[in-house]
Amino acid sequence: MVALPLVLPFAELEVGQHLYWQLGNFKIHGQVFLSSWVVIGALLALVVAGTRKLSRDPQGTQNLLEFLWDYIRDLTREQIGEKAYRDWLPFIGTLFLFIFVSNWGGALVPWKLIHLPSGELGAPTADINTTIALALLVSLAYFYAGLSRKGFRYFEYYVEPTPIMLPFKIVEDFTKPLSLSFRLFGNILADELVVAVLAFLVPLVVPLPAMFLGLFTSAIQALIFATLAAYYIGEAVHEEQH
Amino acid sequence: MTSWLLLAEAGAPEGGLFDLDATLPLMAVQIVILTFILNALFFRPVGRVVEEREDYISTSRAEAKQKLAQVERLETELKEQLKEARLHTQKLILDAEQESDSLYRDALATATAESNASREQARREIDSQRESAMTQLQGDADQLGDLIVDRLLAATK
Repeated sequence: MVALPLVLPFAELEVGQHLYWQLGNFKIHGQVFLSSWVVIGALLALVVAGTRKLSRDPQGTQNLLEFLWDYIRDLTREQIGEKAYRDWLPFIGTLFLFIFVSNWGGALVPWKLIHLPSGELGAPTADINTTIALALLVSLAYFYAGLSRKGFRYFEYYVEPTPIMLPFKIVEDFTKPLSLSFRLFGNILADELVVAVLAFLVPLVVPLPAMFLGLFTSAIQALIFATLAAYYIGEAVHEEQH
Repeated sequence: MTSWLLLAEAGAPEGGLFDLDATLPLMAVQIVILTFILNALFFRPVGRVVEEREDYISTSRAEAKQKLAQVERLETELKEQLKEARLHTQKLILDAEQESDSLYRDALATATAESNASREQARREIDSQRESAMTQLQGDADQLGDLIVDRLLAATK
């Protein structure tokens, strides 16, 4: 793989360059982990600050957390259904919050001020490894959800409503994580690239609409990812009406 | 920039957009851990608080509704009682009016009867006195007539 040949006179855009850390025999992308730690730290700080003293009359940050909780509960309940949503609320909620904070962090935090030897900091979700990890977790989650709730009857889902659906349902198991991961990855990376290119070409004012659009896209992508994950789990635990 | 970042930097500059490596499983593990942490710190406690409040609100609402129903029931009961009391007083007034009326009538009837009786008696007395006066007058007249006849007869003799 090579970096995209962006031949702009004064743009030095780094695409596909990573800060490699050696971990035993494995290499990992250091910049992804650094920014993900920042994201996780911000999330945990918010959560700890908001849940320090919970009360029936919410105050300050507790309001925000309750709003988020309510929002995630509505999302999961709508997609997974009344019976099973409780088990999956934390997972869907974590996906949503992590992706959302990652995307917005990538757009709002001035990462460029921190110079790395190689690669650059940005949204953790702009790295294909992160999005594939998230998408595979979703796959595991819906398999686990279906199998634990229905046992081997879960596989009836593949031949419903007719056995003709079998190949399509099998293909779906592969396309689901693929589309999940590439949708998120593509949107966030493209957004960062557009903003970066515009910022290099015209450093003032012009990138602002693209930045706002990016914030919007980021939020929407987090919602889409969480909703689809919940929908897949809901599909797996759904009981056919016989 | 910190120096340990430099130290940790690996030599072979590969790269590319689709560079898959150990970042993937580590990130997955990180997300799973984050899920558990957020579940313990966020979803469970906040969910408990929110649901406790929802319970509290719904029970208070139910209680308030019950109380309202009770109040309405009492109100209708009291209205019923009020209506009954009104009817009762009206009946009492009517009874009293009727009673006084009949008393008045009775008194009037008695008085009329009494006066009639005393008038009748007076008339009868007058009649009897007139009768006796007439008989006495008749006797007197007869006596006088006899006396006149006697005197005249004696004169002629």
